[in-house]
Amino acid sequence: MNSLLLSTEEWEAVRLTLVVAARAVGCGLPLAVLTAWVLARYRFPGRPIVDALVHLPLVLPPVVTGWLLLIIFGIRGPVGSLLYDWFGLRLVFTTAGASLACAVMTFPVMVRAVRLSLEAADPGLEQAAQTLGAGRFDRLANVTLPLASPGILVGAIVAYATSLGEFGAVITFAANIAGQTQTLPLAIFTALQVPGGEAKAGELSLVSVVLALIGLFLSEWANKRLNAVLGR
Amino acid sequence: MSLDVRLRRLFPAIEIDVAFETPSPGVTVLFGPSGAGKSTIIAAAAGLLRPDECRVVVDGKVLSDTASGAWLAPERRRVGLVFQDARLFPHMSVATNLQFGLRRAPEGRVKFDEVVALPGIEALLDRRPHTLSGGERQRLAIGRALLAQPHLLLMDEPLSSLDAARKAEIMPYLIRLKTALSLPVLYVTHAVDEVARLADSIVLIEAGRLIASGSAADISARADLPLARRDDTGALLPCRIASHDIDRELTLLEGGGATFWVPLLHSPQGSQCRIRIPAREVILAGKAPDAISLHNIVPGTVRQIIADPIRRSVLVEVALPDGALLSRVTQDAIARLALSPGKPVLALIKSTSIEVLGG
Repeated sequence: MNSLLLSTEEWEAVRLTLVVAARAVGCGLPLAVLTAWVLARYRFPGRPIVDALVHLPLVLPPVVTGWLLLIIFGIRGPVGSLLYDWFGLRLVFTTAGASLACAVMTFPVMVRAVRLSLEAADPGLEQAAQTLGAGRFDRLANVTLPLASPGILVGAIVAYATSLGEFGAVITFAANIAGQTQTLPLAIFTALQVPGGEAKAGELSLVSVVLALIGLFLSEWANKRLNAVLGR
Repeated sequence: MSLDVRLRRLFPAIEIDVAFETPSPGVTVLFGPSGAGKSTIIAAAAGLLRPDECRVVVDGKVLSDTASGAWLAPERRRVGLVFQDARLFPHMSVATNLQFGLRRAPEGRVKFDEVVALPGIEALLDRRPHTLSGGERQRLAIGRALLAQPHLLLMDEPLSSLDAARKAEIMPYLIRLKTALSLPVLYVTHAVDEVARLADSIVLIEAGRLIASGSAADISARADLPLARRDDTGALLPCRIASHDIDRELTLLEGGGATFWVPLLHSPQGSQCRIRIPAREVILAGKAPDAISLHNIVPGTVRQIIADPIRRSVLVEVALPDGALLSRVTQDAIARLALSPGKPVLALIKSTSIEVLGG
């Protein structure tokens, strides 16, 4: 495919970016919802530590996060070696690795959005569900999460849009391999390294802007729809 | 069968220490000023709150007992709770809301079709909660709680958020439920009209303590309780319709061991009703007057005389053969009639002053 100004190679970067971001949100969101629920509802020893760990990627330089991921998930890392030995799964320098880096980077954003909407949800409705015979996970699945769905959706869309632009952690952990880990920002960076690559970088940047705008509009529209369903 | 509640809980500002036993089935009204601990009792009975000491037994079934360590989680108690705000789930239709408890309860007596058949519910099934009026929401909340097949129904000021018109619309519904259900119901309110219409028993609470508990007729006719010091106080009497006098357009009621004439009622002879006789409408006399428009001259005995200095009056509790009346008169009247406990007295009551409830 060589249309709309972009070369096949460039389209590949766009496709890869969308896939990496989708996987990052797909894997990160359930865990983020669970973490947000635990942080919003339960007081336990070590809660501040969990809270700090969740927010760490937000405040660390992305390169540092990428390097920490290398240490932990590298072939000789404590987690990476186990994954490799047990499942033959290698994360460094792979598409899956790029997704992991994006998931870790966007995790704080997702947890925050979900947690805020969980805390804003009326606990009285959960009490009502409880007196009607709903146990803990029944309430979570049928009352709490549906009520928090606008926040969950916004968190997911923002995380997806952020993943599209994730650079530092991805290049550090997954490297810059065309067709495997070279997402849009990495492709733009590469184009700028080549003399006369400004035109190509410009085209790719335009795609980035369009994708980001679509994400924002989608988020706004979905939020309105869900709130209308919830009668707010 | 009975509902047995006792609990003790220390709050920073107040210690709640209450114990009462009340007949089941029947509506027991928890009455008292706000902050007295009524809602704490409701929350403890539902299991939403865990007091320091607590024992809740419904018809022999132990829901919680700190002495033996027994504690049933709220979702396993089968205790229906109707909140002041209806708390319908906003993301579900009316029908799904109604079925929420039903689907999580074992098969029981309350059927979905019966609840839907109640007036004004069927047309709402496909609506969303936020499109409903306050009265509609509260009716659905009651229906939803009943469909969860509860052993005990708790109602925490279910009508207090409604205006008078909505309240009037939902009250007949509650009275119907009261007769149709054979359930113990704990009902929190501080509205006297709800007590008059719904209460079988009354539990009076003030500052975390039990003041008195007993049948609605007994408690409402006690001159020494805070209930009697209200301006609108009056005794409740369960009655039976003895006969109708169509020509005179009067109905004769029997209750408390006395008879009362009231303006003609539509209910059939022999049916039950309750009457409320406002204390300030009851005149006391030493001997019966003649040539008077009044229909009811009820003989009784003075049981106690309690001063109400704020209103510069006294409350006289007049014992009937099987019940009691309250009369609010002045101190001067007591002196002129030389009334004292144990003295016989006549209570003069206009037929039009008697409020006939649920008859």
